[in-house]
Amino acid sequence: MSAFFKGVRDGIPIAAGYFAVAFSLGITARNAGLTAPAGFLSSFLTRASAGEYGVYAMMAVHASFFEIAAICLIANLRYLLMGAALTQKFAPETSLLKRILTSCCITDEIFGISIAWPGFLPLAYPLGATTIAATMWGAGTASGISAGELLPPPIVSALSVALYGMFLAIIIPQGKKDRHVLAALLASFVLSWCCAGLPVLRGISPGIRTVVLTVVIAAAAAWLKPLPSENDRQP
Amino acid sequence: MNRTVWIYLLIMIVLTNLIRILPVTLIRRRITNTFLRSFLYYVPYVTLAVMTIPAMIQATASPVAGGAAFATGVVAAWKGLGLFPIALICCLVVLVIEMLPL
Repeated sequence: MSAFFKGVRDGIPIAAGYFAVAFSLGITARNAGLTAPAGFLSSFLTRASAGEYGVYAMMAVHASFFEIAAICLIANLRYLLMGAALTQKFAPETSLLKRILTSCCITDEIFGISIAWPGFLPLAYPLGATTIAATMWGAGTASGISAGELLPPPIVSALSVALYGMFLAIIIPQGKKDRHVLAALLASFVLSWCCAGLPVLRGISPGIRTVVLTVVIAAAAAWLKPLPSENDRQP
Repeated sequence: MNRTVWIYLLIMIVLTNLIRILPVTLIRRRITNTFLRSFLYYVPYVTLAVMTIPAMIQATASPVAGGAAFATGVVAAWKGLGLFPIALICCLVVLVIEMLPL
């Protein structure tokens, strides 16, 4: 099977989850004054759940352009880290255009399946996944705008964990293989749980929390348990 | 739809994609520094873990359902099941628990 179709195949569960999440996003987008075609277009081209939620919610209260730009940067800062991590998955001869196109495919989920690709990452794989996932993400947003609350709440609730189930499918196997990763995962679960629940820390937005915890925990892991020397590394 | 709405959307689309593109245009070679290499190795797993908890438990109508889906997902992933089966199992766990007459 070609890398593109492998991408499409692995993109199917992502697309299903996206449709459900985008459906509820569409309800927020409607309040911000978006029509269904505009919702499709903006979701298809942006593909950022937390970022879009933030922007649509702020549009509804007529925030300034500056505030919109600020929420965009903060909510999506993690893509900067993901992009940096992705640079180490490229074959050395990969052209700049291919690097840029690959980076444009980054979402939490597509980044997740891309780092699980064995060896150097071909553009076709994330592109295949993005083709189906972005279409469903846009379609979900448009449906949410035009159809409102037609999907029964238990279905929405059930579909909303699909994305996290996929995250577990990506991180747990690596934790099983590498006990340092397992320790980092445990630290991440515990610290993230604490930061979301404790007073004062609770006030930090999920976007900032993700970035700060990622930098702190990954830096601590890199300092305590660095990778072996360059010679015996995997790409 | 008025013009202001389109400007809002344009800012969002351009900025979000610029953030994605920036690192791959700046970092063009293999990183040899051991700390940086190790840092970037841990980043994906840590960031996905941070995004899973507590969000997975808060995503469902009842936190019990989200918690059960998390536990089931971890066990299923440990057993080596694939992406799609794990996602499906998590959804079914939530559906069953939330449909229970409690």
